[in-house]
Amino acid sequence: MAFQILLNFFIAVVWMFLSSSMTVTTFVIGYIIGLILLIMMRRFFTESLYFEWLWAAFKLTLLFIRELTLSNIDVLRVVLRPKLNIQPRIFALPTELKRDWEITLLSSLITLTPGTVVVHVSDDQKTLYVHAIDADDVQDAIDSIKNTFEKAIKEVSRP
Amino acid sequence: MTVIANTLIVLTIVVGLLFTVVTVIGVLRLPDVYTRAHAASKSATLGVLSILVGTFFHFWLNEGYFSVRILLGILFLFITAPIGGHLMSRAAYFSGVKPTELTVGDDLAEVVERAKKEKQIN
Repeated sequence: MAFQILLNFFIAVVWMFLSSSMTVTTFVIGYIIGLILLIMMRRFFTESLYFEWLWAAFKLTLLFIRELTLSNIDVLRVVLRPKLNIQPRIFALPTELKRDWEITLLSSLITLTPGTVVVHVSDDQKTLYVHAIDADDVQDAIDSIKNTFEKAIKEVSRP
Repeated sequence: MTVIANTLIVLTIVVGLLFTVVTVIGVLRLPDVYTRAHAASKSATLGVLSILVGTFFHFWLNEGYFSVRILLGILFLFITAPIGGHLMSRAAYFSGVKPTELTVGDDLAEVVERAKKEKQIN
């Protein structure tokens, strides 16, 4: 992926030399030409193209912002309810993610989702222990949210 | 144009203030350290975030100054706030702070017990 970006950059620089004008506009045109060339040559790369990865990362960012807003409204409702009828619970959540940064990202996302805070990551990095603020109605909803997050992170890490 | 800009600024700062106040109420009202971590790590993030966004828009649209530092501050806040909430609740758990009586289940307790026993055997 880094190689593809570097190649695209290189093609843009070559384009700047070919047209012998060192301006930003020429660079941008060269970059777009490099992008088209990369798309045409995509079957020679073992990985998929880098802007697919960029698109997945962008989708993950949007998901993150949406979940942050939703979780804040959720906390607002819990806090401002006149009677405090919460049922906290710590539950185990198995994860399939392997690399360190993926697990860090997943636990950050879980911490910012409605009603959950990660308390502990097990030593073999296969289970996350999550504190949920409301056990009965959140449990199923949370599992589905985890699936969307885990899927989005997988899309980013192995496109 | 100025009216739209000012509405945007006032709206974001009011939302930020609202969430910050909710954080304070949550920290005062909720029963134990873990539920307080919920309130503190979420509402404080979005509260400070919207205040920063409002400040950014004010300086950009009214004063004509595009402040990259505020944007960087927002980014740093996004990265550090959930980690802070996680670390504090983890430290509380492993130093033996009991959750409230309202708690219905604890999957982590048995794991910690097993680890302690293994340590005693070794």
